Amino acid sequence: MGMVNLWGPDKIMHHEHFFHAALVYLAAAVISVPLAKRLGLGSVPGYLLAGILIGPFGMGLLGEDTAEVMGFAEFGVVMMLFLVGLELEPKLLWRMRAPIFGLGGMQVVVTAVVVGAVGMMMGLSWQGGVAAGLTLAMSSTAIVLQTLGEKGQMNGAAGRNAFAVLLFQDLAVIPILALLPLLGGSVEGAEVGVLGGLPVWLRGVMGLGAVAAVVAGGRYLVQPVLRWIAQSELRELFTAASLLLVIGIALLMHVVGLSPALGAFLAGVVLAESEYRHELEADLAPFKGLLLGLFFISVGSAMDLGALGARPWVIAGITVGLMVLKAGVLWGIGGRFGMATADRSTFALSLAQGGEFGFVLVAMALQGRIFGEEAGEVIQLGIALSMALTPLLFLFDERVVRPRVSGKVEEEGREADVIDEKHAVLVIGYGRFGHIVGRVMETVGIPCTVLDSDSEQVELLRKIGFKVHYGDATRLELLHAAGAGHAKLAVLTLASVEKSLEIVRLLQRHFPQVRILVRVRGRLEAYELLDAGVEDVFRETLDASLEMAVAGMRHLGVPGHTAVRAARQFRRHDEGAVRRMAAVRHDRTAYLSEARRSVKVLEEVLRSDAVREGRDDGWSERSEK
Amino acid sequence: MMNNDRTKGMRVLVLHAHPAPRRSRVNAALLAAARGVEGVTVRELYEEYPDFFIDVKAEQEVVAAHDVVVMQHPFYWYSTPALVKEWFDEVLTSGWAYGEGGTALRGKRWMHAVSTGGAAESYGPGSEHGFTVRELMAPLEATARLCGMEYLEPFLVQGAGRLSGAEIAEWAGRYAARLAGLRDGDGEPLGA
Ligand SMILES: Cc1cc2nc3c(=O)[nH]c(=O)nc-3n(C[C@H](O)[C@H](O)[C@H](O)COP(=O)(O)O)c2cc1C
Repeated sequence: MGMVNLWGPDKIMHHEHFFHAALVYLAAAVISVPLAKRLGLGSVPGYLLAGILIGPFGMGLLGEDTAEVMGFAEFGVVMMLFLVGLELEPKLLWRMRAPIFGLGGMQVVVTAVVVGAVGMMMGLSWQGGVAAGLTLAMSSTAIVLQTLGEKGQMNGAAGRNAFAVLLFQDLAVIPILALLPLLGGSVEGAEVGVLGGLPVWLRGVMGLGAVAAVVAGGRYLVQPVLRWIAQSELRELFTAASLLLVIGIALLMHVVGLSPALGAFLAGVVLAESEYRHELEADLAPFKGLLLGLFFISVGSAMDLGALGARPWVIAGITVGLMVLKAGVLWGIGGRFGMATADRSTFALSLAQGGEFGFVLVAMALQGRIFGEEAGEVIQLGIALSMALTPLLFLFDERVVRPRVSGKVEEEGREADVIDEKHAVLVIGYGRFGHIVGRVMETVGIPCTVLDSDSEQVELLRKIGFKVHYGDATRLELLHAAGAGHAKLAVLTLASVEKSLEIVRLLQRHFPQVRILVRVRGRLEAYELLDAGVEDVFRETLDASLEMAVAGMRHLGVPGHTAVRAARQFRRHDEGAVRRMAAVRHDRTAYLSEARRSVKVLEEVLRSDAVREGRDDGWSERSEK
Repeated sequence: MMNNDRTKGMRVLVLHAHPAPRRSRVNAALLAAARGVEGVTVRELYEEYPDFFIDVKAEQEVVAAHDVVVMQHPFYWYSTPALVKEWFDEVLTSGWAYGEGGTALRGKRWMHAVSTGGAAESYGPGSEHGFTVRELMAPLEATARLCGMEYLEPFLVQGAGRLSGAEIAEWAGRYAARLAGLRDGDGEPLGA
């Protein structure tokens, strides 16, 4: 495609449709999401509302291709799972195997059985019941993770368990997709990627092969490639590589008939220990957010409010019944697994909706004629409405249930969890200087999140066994990804004072809770940081030169304690002087007079110490009286 | 292991603590005298740890390798200079010096060598300072006893500020003799 012609008069006509759609989607999002957030609802209902507004039952601003948009937007879910994977180190995942299979397995099975039974009572065949049960057992990964994340509950007991259940559902989708066509009686109904024509065993082998490729590639191939790209120091290239990675994995999984979301999740887990974790997170987060937004908008716009209008009570009943049922099952399971009341309620209420995989499964069931058009439509609407109602359940849990049942103990427990995940200390710049700071902190059990933007240095440190992440901390998204929102301390040890100042400003503006410590070379740099409002400024030369002075004095016979005190005295005086002079340094006369005064004060201090060194202490005289 | 056969020669350790050796007359002289006694190890705590950061393990090893420990210091505010207190706090750990399994000091002998500004008459009931030196040093005595050590009569040089150079030299000679005696197994523990 010739770039030159892209904006030519006739080309613009072709692209007009695209821009028109983009304008509508973006405008709807920009208007309704902030509104929903301000109302305390979170972003998801904002997007859904936007979708309804611009959809066929609102202003009808969208063309025919909403289904296509939705398919595209589903990629947001893939990206989200990749990012979720990035945050989960394999060790953690292994530790979670019990809740994933225990909680998740029980949720899917029990929900499917109960929902299926109800469906059969309402007139579905047994095959239809099974299909409907499995379809409605799914919850919405997108809504739940997004909302739990926004509310900062991902690391609490409820968040973790909800995540375990969602993960199991994602795993379960694969065999369910294989099972549905069998229920319909049409064995070749499942059109699974381009391998659809191959025998089942071969497909299995290819699937396993693809998974192995993702794991091995993530381990051995992606890292060096990213390193190579990082060395080019072009930011957008790294973003391109990140996108390429996720799209590549999604396509590979699709080809072999596995869930792209699951593949992306796996790749994320594999890369969770890589030094590029934070950089990948920072690069992909905005895309994920936008695509998920798009996804919710399309869910909103696809809601067939006409059918709702025709049979409002039936559909309302089914929606409410579905949510009560799912929440009830979850509540019971949560109890069996010993969850505390407050967590149990969040767990049950957060997962009580239908999910995006539900839509996919319904479409398949309809294709295989497992249940009729009408039942399919009702189920689809039930899923969509329950998704739309979820934010209200979150609100209900947060405002009504939690305040009533949560004791102090549980809240304390939750806080500790958060710290365990996101470290309280952010060390930015891990050269000779930051390295020492970080290691000293680790010795007293304070783990640090470490960032450095020199990819060779990062690689070297990783080889020695340090946990260092690659990334340029002058980017706000990277600071976010590294957990600046939870951090208590930021230790800046970069050689460049300009970069330090830039980061200081970002931190002060966006993370005012973070206490900032900065290394500078000397006095002049110290002035700049003091001006910027940083109190903890450390001149790299100060302590080493003082130590040297002490050693020198001692070699000349000055007693150790005297030498140390002299150096400390000088240090205290000089730190004070730098701070006073920073304030007046732009006024030349004031600066000079402060400098002169400073020298005089130092002399006086040192002299009074010398007087103390005099022998006559009065203890012997007193006894004469 | 302690050395019960006192004729064989006791290993004597002098821990000297003076924060400003340049202004010291008495302790400086005592220190020089101690250095001249054979079989006596001398360590200057304020030179080893001018920043008060004591190497606990090193100190414990040194103490363990001796039979008699002499803590030599000026009397400061009716007690020791601050670093000696820090030394007690850090070095005398539970499980080493006291408490369960804390037997490292058991049977060793402990003595203070102290210079006081106040003259002998300024201590004791009804005097300027109101207490005897032994009373004032009770925490140190109790510490030594808790760790299972024999607490020896302190070596006292009093009225430090008014001593002439010649008098100080005499005291230094007496100190050297006392240390040599300790090495040879002399010295009776004070009764509790
Ligand atoms: C901080 C300080 C506190 C002192 N406290 C006492 C005291 O409580 N009782 C006393 O008799 N002398 C006291 N003195 C006097 C010292 O004990 C005296 O100067 C010292 O023993 C002299 O020994 P030197 O020449 O080795 O320094 C004190 C001296 C100083 C500097």
